[in-house]
Amino acid sequence: MPNASGKPPSPTRLARLGRALLVLFAIIFGFLIYAYGFQVTKVDLEETKSPRRQEQLFRILRALAQPDLIEYDQRETSARVPVFLPCPESGGLPGPVASLPSGPSITLDPGCGAAGERLTVTGEGFPAGADGRVYFVPPNGIQLSTADFRTDQGGSFTASVQLPERETPEAQTILAIARENTGAPRLTQNAHDTWDKIVETVFMALLGTTFGTIIAVPLSFLAARNLMKDVTGTVAALAVILIAIPVGAWLGASVWRVALAGTSAMASSPLATIAVAAAMLVVTGFALRWALPAEETVIPPRLLRQARSAVILVAGLLGLLAFVLISRLMVHAGAQLAGVLGVVAFVGTFITALGEVIEVLLGAIAIGAGAVLLAGTAGNLVRRVREAVSHQGGRQLDLALASLAGAVGAALLGAILEWLYRLQDARLTLYGPAIVGAGVGLLIAWRVGTADTFPVGLVVYNLTRTVLNVLRAVEPLIMVIVIAVWVGIGPFAGVLALSLHTVAALGKLFSEDVETISAGPLEAVTATGATRLQMIIYAVVPQIIPTYVSLTMYRWDINVRLSTIIGFAGGGGIGFLLQQNANLLNYRAASAQILAIALVVIAMDYLSSYLRQKAV
Amino acid sequence: MLSIRNLSKTYDGGVQALTDVSFDVPDGQFLAIIGLSGSGKSTLLRCINRLVEPTSGTVLWDDVDVTAAGKAEIRYIRRQIGMVFQHFNLVHRSPVVTNILAGRLGYVNPAWSLINRFPKMDIDKAMHILERVGIADKAKVRADELSGGQQQRVGVARAMMQDPRMILADEPVASLDPVLAHSIMQYLERINREDKVTVLCSLHFLDLVHRYADRAIALNEGRLVFDGPPQEIDDARFKAIYGQDAERVG
Repeated sequence: MPNASGKPPSPTRLARLGRALLVLFAIIFGFLIYAYGFQVTKVDLEETKSPRRQEQLFRILRALAQPDLIEYDQRETSARVPVFLPCPESGGLPGPVASLPSGPSITLDPGCGAAGERLTVTGEGFPAGADGRVYFVPPNGIQLSTADFRTDQGGSFTASVQLPERETPEAQTILAIARENTGAPRLTQNAHDTWDKIVETVFMALLGTTFGTIIAVPLSFLAARNLMKDVTGTVAALAVILIAIPVGAWLGASVWRVALAGTSAMASSPLATIAVAAAMLVVTGFALRWALPAEETVIPPRLLRQARSAVILVAGLLGLLAFVLISRLMVHAGAQLAGVLGVVAFVGTFITALGEVIEVLLGAIAIGAGAVLLAGTAGNLVRRVREAVSHQGGRQLDLALASLAGAVGAALLGAILEWLYRLQDARLTLYGPAIVGAGVGLLIAWRVGTADTFPVGLVVYNLTRTVLNVLRAVEPLIMVIVIAVWVGIGPFAGVLALSLHTVAALGKLFSEDVETISAGPLEAVTATGATRLQMIIYAVVPQIIPTYVSLTMYRWDINVRLSTIIGFAGGGGIGFLLQQNANLLNYRAASAQILAIALVVIAMDYLSSYLRQKAV
Repeated sequence: MLSIRNLSKTYDGGVQALTDVSFDVPDGQFLAIIGLSGSGKSTLLRCINRLVEPTSGTVLWDDVDVTAAGKAEIRYIRRQIGMVFQHFNLVHRSPVVTNILAGRLGYVNPAWSLINRFPKMDIDKAMHILERVGIADKAKVRADELSGGQQQRVGVARAMMQDPRMILADEPVASLDPVLAHSIMQYLERINREDKVTVLCSLHFLDLVHRYADRAIALNEGRLVFDGPPQEIDDARFKAIYGQDAERVG
């Protein structure tokens, strides 16, 4: 209620009370959250304080402080005396017991005792300043370590030994061994293994970053809103393109397979192959030069354009064939070279691998080109048909094509479902989806109408974004588990997992960079009559290069870190070795690997920040 | 001749930028477009080469319907229309010569652009135009290392590379000082007089309109409020164009 002065005091007080209550609830709520958190994460401070646990921690820390990197040849000097545990009933040997006094000798005082009693071990005649250990040796011969010692200038030492719980009437043995380092220090096997694996690790990161970046760059354009939002089309054109893409891809794949099959015989004679490939490339070059004139001020007649398209198609096929031959030749030549190169045989292996990569890439290119070509041709055809028919006819064409495309698309999805779940029911995986897809296509065509305003760009943008986000949600450590099942445990699985995650992470970061570039140059270049591709090359790419380089360096840095642990999940690299040693409780060896990881990560930190500064 | 017929543009947010604008521009004319900021000048210019898609109305250029042109056709039309921008819109990190060569992108084969190649004759042409605008020594310099006046000369040179039959200039001198403004306007004037290129130029300062334009049209809140020789803009018309509170400067 407002009072005479017009101020409403009671709501204010109420509000204050309410706020205080709210704060109280927030505090109680927070308290409960952390209480529950302590329970589920089993926070146990008692464990950290228990002497037994602390002793374990110290043991590991000491081992970690002495990485297993360097070793020496060792010379051992030993002496032994019998010991009775417990003392014999006869009451003999009550005093000190000494070993033979020639050379190194040890004396026990007293010469026997009950389990848990302490004896003093005194040694003489050992090498001066040597480290050694005292063992209790029961009749089975296993040496139980009981105390460490270090001899003085005169080669003597004194150590206190606690007798273990191994009572037997026979005489047992106390053994003292002093060890001296002799000769020059040398690297241990562990050091060599660590070096091999850390090199493997760095190269895993390099390859993962390279492959990932190559794929992420084009994807980032598809995931950039400012580049995609203006891409629109008619429903009819999109519908045929949607149908043409899988068909074209299939055609491209078929051409590639035929090319592979047709050339398999030719690789046997290298010289002839080289000559044929070179001739093909020359013909392709001349054909492309004719079919792709640098610049034209008038639009050429249709017949000429069609002739050019045909020549480009033939030249493309010829070029594909030539490169297939070259890849075959590389595989062949690499294998031969690897046999004769000796130490640098990996160069030959690399050439073979490169040939295989080119072969796969050619397949991808053939599939992509087939899809693009057929889609482009089909899109053009539909556009021309639509221009020829009446408005009403165009509308019917739209509806028919859209429902067909919807049916085909949904049937493809159904095929994927069938493949994944093996439903074995055509109603669920073929007819059902096809009918639903046709309905959806019809609905979309109905809503959009005949204008070329269907936002295909935004659809692609959202799809790409979604795929990238899902991929990014899965850590490479988890990806590698699946991939290791596919390609086997080892560094290759690690490279693939790193590549995949790099695509997802860089795709997003790159596309965000594309979205921040200034729109002015894009507008200006578009205004000159440039195509979208030309606009990207001349207005977008120059603007994004510094950030792309910097982000790639940063990613390389991250990938080096990731590759050090990806071996834990089967991805090869130093993580694999580290995990093995940790599981074998071989902490000194593990320490060497931890050290190597730290050094490499620190070095990468500096290198990548230095290169980034240089690049921007 | 360029004919604008009943052109209207409503942006996605509901802003009505142009309302029923109609006028003709004969070939070779220097037309100034005046009006307050936000009166629709930029939108009008961008509707002519369809950088902005008009909501309704038509743009006819030599009896070709620009508004109905397909994707390939609009590229063919755009390459004949040079455009100069207030903020130059150069690609900062690219060298001057690349920025100018971008004016040929409508002519060169896109396949050649994939490998960043321009024909020799285009490169020669670019050097020639650089000489014409007086910055031949800056060809290899990065665009953002130039001064504002030099950057706009690159902008004009890029438009000239297109061998344009028409130039759309969107406040080409608004970011420049008066001396530089005159030098840029003189380039546009020379292109207009010597090469018989139609120029549509939006301007802020009336003295520039008087000095360079054959004819002026004025927009106010997206509507055409004046069309005639610049000399006819008296005080009454000035207030109709710029509002009752406006005062003349310059």
